[in-house]
This record gives sequence, structure tokens and C-alpha cells, in this order.
Amino acid sequence: MVIRIPELAFGFIIPEIIIAVSAVVTLLLAAFGKKESLGALAGAVALTGAGLALVFTFTLWDVSASIYNALYTIDNFGTFFKGLALIVAILVTLLSLSYVEREEMIRGEYYSLLLFGVLGMMIMVSSNHFITIFIGLEVMSIAVYVLCGLLSGNPRSAESSLKYFLLGAFATAFLLYGMALVYATTGILDIRDIANYMASGSFGLTPMFMIGIAMLIVGFGFKTASVPFHMWTPDVYQGAPTSITAYMATGIKAAAFGAFLRVFYTAFLPLLANWSGMIWLIAVVTMTIGNITALVQDDVKRMLAYSSIAHAGYILVAFVVGDQVSSASILYYLLVYTFMNIGAFTIIILLGWKGEENTGIESYAGLAGRHPLIALAMTIFLLSLAGIPPLAGFMGKFYVLSAAVKAQYYWLAVIGVLNSVVAVYYYLRVIMAMYFKESTGKFHKTDFSPAYSLVIIISLWALFHMGIFPRDFLLIAQKSVGIFM
Amino acid sequence: MDQTFPLLSTLIFLPLVGALLVMLLPRQNVLLIKAATLFLTLVEFALSLPLFFQFDEKTAAMQFVEQREWYPEWGISYLLGIDGISMLLVMLTTFITVICILCSWESIKDKIKEYFVSFLILETAMIGALCALDLVLFYIFWELMLIPMYLLIGVWGGPNRIYAAVKFFLFTMVGSVLMLVAIMALYFHYGGETGVYSFNVFDLYKADLPAGMQYWLFAAFALSFAIKVPMFPFHTWLPDAHTEAPTAGSVILAAVLLKMGVYGFLRFAMPLFPAALVASTSLISWLAIIGIVYGAIMCIMQTDLKRLIAYSSVSHLGYVMLGIFALNMQGFQGGIYQMLNHGISTGGLFLIVGMIYERRHTRMIADFGGLTKVMPRLAVFFMIVTLSSIALPGTNGFVGEFLILLGAFRSNMLYGVLASTGVILGAVYMLWMFQRVMFGKITKEENTGLTDLTKRESAILCSIVFFVFLMGLYPGAFLRKMDASATGYLKFLQARTAVYTAAATGPIRQAEAK
Repeated sequence: MVIRIPELAFGFIIPEIIIAVSAVVTLLLAAFGKKESLGALAGAVALTGAGLALVFTFTLWDVSASIYNALYTIDNFGTFFKGLALIVAILVTLLSLSYVEREEMIRGEYYSLLLFGVLGMMIMVSSNHFITIFIGLEVMSIAVYVLCGLLSGNPRSAESSLKYFLLGAFATAFLLYGMALVYATTGILDIRDIANYMASGSFGLTPMFMIGIAMLIVGFGFKTASVPFHMWTPDVYQGAPTSITAYMATGIKAAAFGAFLRVFYTAFLPLLANWSGMIWLIAVVTMTIGNITALVQDDVKRMLAYSSIAHAGYILVAFVVGDQVSSASILYYLLVYTFMNIGAFTIIILLGWKGEENTGIESYAGLAGRHPLIALAMTIFLLSLAGIPPLAGFMGKFYVLSAAVKAQYYWLAVIGVLNSVVAVYYYLRVIMAMYFKESTGKFHKTDFSPAYSLVIIISLWALFHMGIFPRDFLLIAQKSVGIFM
Repeated sequence: MDQTFPLLSTLIFLPLVGALLVMLLPRQNVLLIKAATLFLTLVEFALSLPLFFQFDEKTAAMQFVEQREWYPEWGISYLLGIDGISMLLVMLTTFITVICILCSWESIKDKIKEYFVSFLILETAMIGALCALDLVLFYIFWELMLIPMYLLIGVWGGPNRIYAAVKFFLFTMVGSVLMLVAIMALYFHYGGETGVYSFNVFDLYKADLPAGMQYWLFAAFALSFAIKVPMFPFHTWLPDAHTEAPTAGSVILAAVLLKMGVYGFLRFAMPLFPAALVASTSLISWLAIIGIVYGAIMCIMQTDLKRLIAYSSVSHLGYVMLGIFALNMQGFQGGIYQMLNHGISTGGLFLIVGMIYERRHTRMIADFGGLTKVMPRLAVFFMIVTLSSIALPGTNGFVGEFLILLGAFRSNMLYGVLASTGVILGAVYMLWMFQRVMFGKITKEENTGLTDLTKRESAILCSIVFFVFLMGLYPGAFLRKMDASATGYLKFLQARTAVYTAAATGPIRQAEAK
């Protein structure tokens, strides 16, 4: 037996190395650093690490390689999602700078876990190998299980963490079992080889293989918060520190969709007809249940949790189709969704104060009078989530739906747009509260740290830019999905 | 006509840039905000005048065309242009916006900056929707109209404003999202057939879709536009929106936003789907007639002045739709003309009701009576505008209604007869309303102290009355501008529908035979 030693292809994984090193450094800072300056220092390290990694990720654009015995793959698809994960990391770190101080969370570990989570995301989207995908997913998940519970003294946060952990472990088991069943039928762990094997002709579709696919759908469905695997979402999103909610709603969702897309569009595309019906159904119930439940929420954070379920549904609308246009539209949607969601959650953070999140819809009443600019920014984020032109949310919706219409899934598209009308209602409720109602109760002074404003300004700029000049971003998305048929 | 100066783009984006500037002005300096907005809208109106005077009335082709690449891979372009029909509507928009800013001068006391910013953004969206010839571009402006109008109703409206604003938003949104799906289906079908993927409306005009698909897509477009018009039975949002909106909001809603629905029909829904047009002409004509009569009957029963005018809008827009769908020259031109008239007359009525409301803080007809004695100047203007709404010869309304009825009689005798009853009912409800409000003894003590119109208010109404008579006595100035466009448009429609009318003797063929 010949044991091959993998070449040391470090050049391809510099971003991952930087993130891993930064994560370790912040952890060490927590252990040995001075307590007073710890937050700022750890934040700075995290920010620098993520920024540097992003720069190196850009240099990997258009580079393709299969390294470490095909356990790890560098391609534009992975690079796109790595870039997205790092953008999330930068924005969330920025908005955490004051938030972590305000809530007195354990600082060093906070940034460290944040970065480890990002590392997991980066790994899980850049492999064609089941094992690596699984490892990435676990690294990401375990970091986030802990992050959810970091609001010490808040029972909701502890509940959030425990719930996410228990259900998450369960879902991970499903995912692993699915992989195992696929492996059991084919004897292959590399998704490209699975696709080749299916094309070779010696492949016969067995029930065991289909069950494996179904279990993979369950596992990914959980991580992307699709109905009926969404039950954890509202509680976990509501209980977690808001910065982490933003992180989960954007980063984890994007990474999970990335891996989901890669596995299904590479390995199982020949069986599209077998599983697209299942996804069709999941897309419809995800949109509908997410939106209808969001209608009756009086807590804005919880409402955004349900809205994030609904958005997973819109993405699944394109997922059903199974061609390059649809996968490109999913990538674009995830990019847009990141900015509008992080923006909205930043506003939610701004309106809270220590120990009190103040997320009831009544606390938004009269915001336009108290803080016209914050209200305006929130309005833009919500309108973008609702898909109103010329904001980027509209373009995202437009491309996702056009993918469905192109493949003649007319009813799916119609259900999708009608759902977006339902969604408009609950987004408008917040806007109504801000603009049409008078303020009630007492207010704390809003803490306007420049970091918050920076996150808001970046997000606003991104929404307008990607909404009015979507071309460059769509071309990037299209290039990224070149790996699919 | 090649224009080096991008006039249409300027018209579209000047208010938007203005809105950003106004946003930067200090909140306390109310007068500066108002003056800046007024100045911007006046400049906008002045800039739109060349559209009218330099318009080449001999051609049916699009004029002042601007085309830029926007997203060539998808065939989305920034394509603007106007013909004789949209040019008049753009003029109406720029004119009415100035009126709206003037009439909001005193009545808006709260969040003044946001109010004027909303109005400017609304103007951008309206003009953009009228000029856009690319379906994506059109859709973006079409949806953009919603938000400022929603805010205008919801922030500065009456007591029941939130309900009205949400109803307005949701009704319009349901229609427009279905239209979005239809736009995509059309785009992909056309692209699949010809290999040319384009949202350019002139490319899509060439599309030859299977009839079954045309019905579905037309239904989606028509629903969106019918809600906006609003046609019976999709009109229920209108009375609420009109009643709760601030005066200027009602004026702009009646004068311009409703016209967008009709404009959408004639620019997009009708020429894109000829088979569906042939099949649906009689259905839409009947709905229009029901709207005329139903709206008029509802008017008679109203106790609230604004609600009454809102229902009269339903009736008047019924005429417009009937005229357009008569598919002959008289009806078509009458329909367009009536759109402008309705903008002037109903806009005027809302202004007058707003002026009364500012003084008396009620709109109930029963609270008034004998206002002529205390407000003689207002009475004169009110009378003229009322008569123009009834379509008395010599006023603008007469020309439009006469042409529409002529067209309706030519296309189908029954339509003409039924629609004519609306004329009688129109006189009944308007004159009866006028009598109850203005004539008789002053029954309520509060009404004795009312002051007559100020100079600003008189000036606003003078400009309205000027157009009432100008358009009534000299319609040629306006009709001539759209002659070529209307002829060209109908010829084009006829060519498009010829295939489908050959089998069944359709309405156009019938009309030609007579």
C-alpha cells in the first residue's frame, strides 16, 4: 500500500489559515490580555484577520484546483461563498464592537468563536468531498451553538443555545446518515465521482439511495431554516444576541445553501426530476408558513426570524429549477439578503440597551420623529426585504423568480409573488409604526457608535448599488456557478 | 427626432435630485423647504413645455428617445420615449404637481420636509413610468410610485388613514406582482422563440404568442392595470384612499396615478396580447359600463364630499376605458382627452373640497348649505369645475365625453345607450351635491364665519379654470398633438389583431364596416 503525502498547497488556503490564526490569537488574548482593552483588541484582530482573508480570497478568483487528495477544492463557487462569509464576518464584527461591550459578553471568546464559525463556513463550501463538507458544517455549528448562549444572565439566550444545539445535533445526524446511505449504495464520497458513476450506466436507482437524498434534504433544510425543519428558528433567533442572529440569518444560511447547492447540483443533478418535486413542495410551504406566521408577530426580531424562513423559501423557488441561471440567482439573492438583513438587525441593536432588547413593535412607534435617519434606514432595509424596486431586494426576487418562470414553473412563481405581497404587509407594519404612530413610553439615549453607522452605510450603499446596477454582481454570480452543468 | 439633450432623463431625475437636496435643508426653515420644492416643480414644469411645443405632431413614432445599455446580457436597457399620448400625460403630471405643492402650502403642518420629499419622489416615479419603454424599467417606476403615495396617505391622511394606506398598497401590489410574473413569462417565451432576449417593448410587440398564453398574460397585466384605474369590481380601495389622503394626495391620485392604469392598458396590455384583446374587448367594455353606472349611483348616496368625488372618479374612468376599448378613433381620442379632463376637473374638485375642509374641518354634505353667501368667490370656481365634471358644452369635459359616446355608439349601439345614462346620473349627483352644499339657507351656525378664498387659493383655482375653458373651447390644440399617434396606434393594433379578428368578426372589423 502506497501512502501518498499530500503536497503542501498552502497557497490555496491562505484565507482559511489567516482566519484560523486570528481565531487562535483572539482566544489567546482572552487568556493573557488585559481585561480593560480586551474587547477593542480582540475586535481589531478579528477585523484585520477577516479583512486580510478577504483580500486573499479576491486573489483566488478564477483559480481552480483540487488539493489534498481531492478533499479540498478551490473554484469560483467556493471563492464566492468564502467572500460572502468574510463579508458577513467583517460586518458582524463591526457591529459587535459596541454591542459586545454594551451587553458585557465574554469578549475574547466571542470573536474567536465568530471566526471559527466563519472558518467552518469557508471549509464547507469549498469541498466536493462529503467528509470535508461535514467537518466544515460541524466546525461552524459548534461555534454558533456556543455563541447563541453568550448573553449571560438572559434565560432566553440559554434556551436559544440549548435548543439550537439539541435540534442541530439531530439534524446533523440526519445529514450524516444521508451521506452514509449514499456512500453505502455507491461506495463513493466525492460528489463529482458520484455524478460520474451515475452517468456511467452501471448505476441503478435504489430506495436506499433516494432515502439518502431525502435525509440530506432534511439536514440542509434544517440549516437553511426551511419548513418543516424550521421550528427552532424563531426561538433561537430571538434568544441569541442580536449580532449572532444577524450572523446566523446571513452567514450560516448562505454557507448551508452553498453546500446544499454544490451537493445537489453536482452529485444529484441527473436525478433532478426525482427530487425537484420535493423541493417544490418545501419551497411553497416554507414561503407560505414563514410569511403567514410573520404576520402576527409583535416582536420585530422574531418577525425577522420568520421572514428569514420565508426568504429561504424564495431561494428554494430557484433551487427547484436546477440550471445555471437558477443557481446564479440564488448566489445573487444570498449576497443581497446578507446586506439587507445585517442592516435591519443593526437597527434592532441600536434601539436596545443593556439587558433590554426593546424589540417589541410598539417601541418602534414614532421612531421617525425621534430618529429620522434611523427610521429612514430601517425603512429602506425593510422595503428591500419586501422586494420593492429599485432596491437590491427587488432585483434578487426578480432573478429568482425569472429562473422559475424560465423553466416554466409558473405556479411556483405566482405563489412566490403572492407570498411577497403577504410579506409586504408585515414589513409595512414596522414602517407604519415608525412613521404613522406617535411614540409612547420612555426612551433610552441611542448609542450611536461610528461602527454601527458604518455597517448601516455600507449596507445601504450595497442595496442601492446592487439594485440599480446589478450587472457586475450578476456576472460574478454567473461565473461562480460555472462548475455546474 | 434625435435629441442631444436628454430631456426626458432630466425630467425624470430632476425631482429626485431635488428631493435629496430638500432632504439636506434644515428642518426648521419651513419656508425654505416649501419655496425650494415649489421652485423645483416650477422648473420641472417649464422644462416639460418643450415637450409640448417641440413635439412633432406628424409622426406616430416615439420622440425624445433615449437609449442606453443597462444590463445587455439580459436585454434590459434604459429606454425612454414619448408619443402624443404619453406626452400629454407627462404635461398633466408636471402641471398638477405644481398645483399640489401650492395647495399643500398651509395645510401641511407636520413633518413638512418629509412631505415635500415624498412628493418629489412621486413625481420622478410618475414621469418615469410614463416615459419608460423597457418593461423592467417601467416596472421599477411603477412600483416606486407606491411608496411615496403610501406615505402621503398614511402620514398626512385623515383619521382612518392607516387602513386606507395599507389597503391601497396591498391592492396595487397584488396586481403588480402578478404582472411581474407575466412580464418574465413574455420575455422568456419571446426569447425562446426568436433567440433575442429583450425587455424592449417594441421587440416584444412583435411577439407572436399562442392564444392560450396570451389570455393568461393579458389577465395578469389587466388585473394590475384594472386595479389601478380602478375598474369595477377592483375599485374598493379608491374611496378609502381618496377620503383619507390629504388634499394634494387626492389630487395627484385622481389626476395622475389612476391614469397610469389606463396608460398601462394601452401601452402594454393591449398591443402585447392581440388575441386576448379581441377576446376581452366586450368583457372590459361591460365592466366599464357597469363602472359608469355603478359609480354614478354610489355617488348619489354618498354623504361625504370626498367619497362622492371618489366614486365619480370610478364613473369617469369607466368612460375612459369604454372609449379606449371602443377601438376606434373617436373613442380612443375621447378616452385620452377624458383622462386629461378628469385630471383637471376632479383634481379641481378635490382642491375645492380641501379648501372647504381646511376652514370647516368636516366633509359631510349635511354640515354645509348656503355657502354661496359667505364664500362667493369659491362658489364661482366650484360651479365652473362642477359643470366641467358634468361635461357641459364649452367646458373640457364635454369634448371628451362626447367623443367617447360617439366612439361607443359606433362600436356598439347598446354600449352607447347604456353609457349615456351615466351622463344624466352625473348631472344628478353633481348638481344635487352642489345644491346641498352651496345653495339654500345657512343652516349651521359654524358656516357663517367662513372666510372666502385667499389669493393663493384663487390663483390655484384660476389655473384650473383656465384649462377647463382652454380645453373646452379649443380642443384642437391638444387633439392635434395626439392625432398622428392615435391613428398610428390604432392602425398598429388593427394589424396585430387582424389574424384573430379574421376568424370571428371582432369589434374592430365591425366598427370599420359601419
